[in-house]
Amino acid sequence: MKSAVIVFPGSNREGDVLRALNSAGSDVQKVWHAETELPQGTDLVVLPGGFSYGDYLRCGAIAGRATVMDAVRTHAARGGLVLGICNGFQILCESGLLPGILMRNANLKFICHRQFLRVERNDTAFTRAYAKGQAIDVCVAHGEGNYTADEETLKRLEGEGLVAFRYADAQGHVTQDANRNGSMNSIAGIYSTKLNVLGMMPHPENLIEDLVGGTDGRGLFESLVSSFPRAA
Amino acid sequence: MKARVTVTLKNGVLDPQGKAIEGALKSLGVEGIDGVRQGKVFDIELGTADKAQAESQLKAACEKLLANTVIENYRVEIA
Repeated sequence: MKSAVIVFPGSNREGDVLRALNSAGSDVQKVWHAETELPQGTDLVVLPGGFSYGDYLRCGAIAGRATVMDAVRTHAARGGLVLGICNGFQILCESGLLPGILMRNANLKFICHRQFLRVERNDTAFTRAYAKGQAIDVCVAHGEGNYTADEETLKRLEGEGLVAFRYADAQGHVTQDANRNGSMNSIAGIYSTKLNVLGMMPHPENLIEDLVGGTDGRGLFESLVSSFPRAA
Repeated sequence: MKARVTVTLKNGVLDPQGKAIEGALKSLGVEGIDGVRQGKVFDIELGTADKAQAESQLKAACEKLLANTVIENYRVEIA
């Protein structure tokens, strides 16, 4: 399996994601945002976290219109997998690959802490290593993670089962207390209609080693890698 | 030619920054303020002297980048 991690000016989680993918068994290449094409044979595109373009204008707004995003759109339209984490989720929303927008956290604070998520479905390329309803322990670090969409979009996301993760407590209960950024319906991550694009605010790539606190994030990368037959 | 683009949040979109500013004004003792909504202003220099062309260029700028029309409205004024 081949992954391409897109690097924008101001990305800072590309190393973490590269490591997570490598340790799950994927070949990974970094791709600079000014490229017009993805490496031949790319199966998965990852937009990592960070502060692309210093969050100028709106988070992800400028990166969402970078040259490489045309290639990412083409890849997604062909059914190719795309994962956007944190700033990557903001970029996916700004680029039109996912609906809605990430607004300033409702309490106006940058939040940085461990966070449980409830896995809403485990029949996608991103979550097959988890159980449906499982609470996974990852972390969040963002100032603009307050998922907002119009009523019609929200209804469609819920109706079509496109919510990937919700903020929850350790037992997997979706509570108001667990929703620290004010996201509508406690949404922490969403899929595209064809389930091949996932955007999420939390960082699974930070929880892949017992040494640094846990391994619940591994499942996401292992799911992705296991979706592809191993190269000979 | 000069132009000013104003981008504002649509009605009904929660604006926590505006709320915080409103609260700060209250705590400073500034009276009579019933609500604050924060927006953005862009002062733009255009090469053209043709107003119609300027209008279409500015519309493109707003639709493609300056405003996220999911949550924001924009207004263009040409000097």
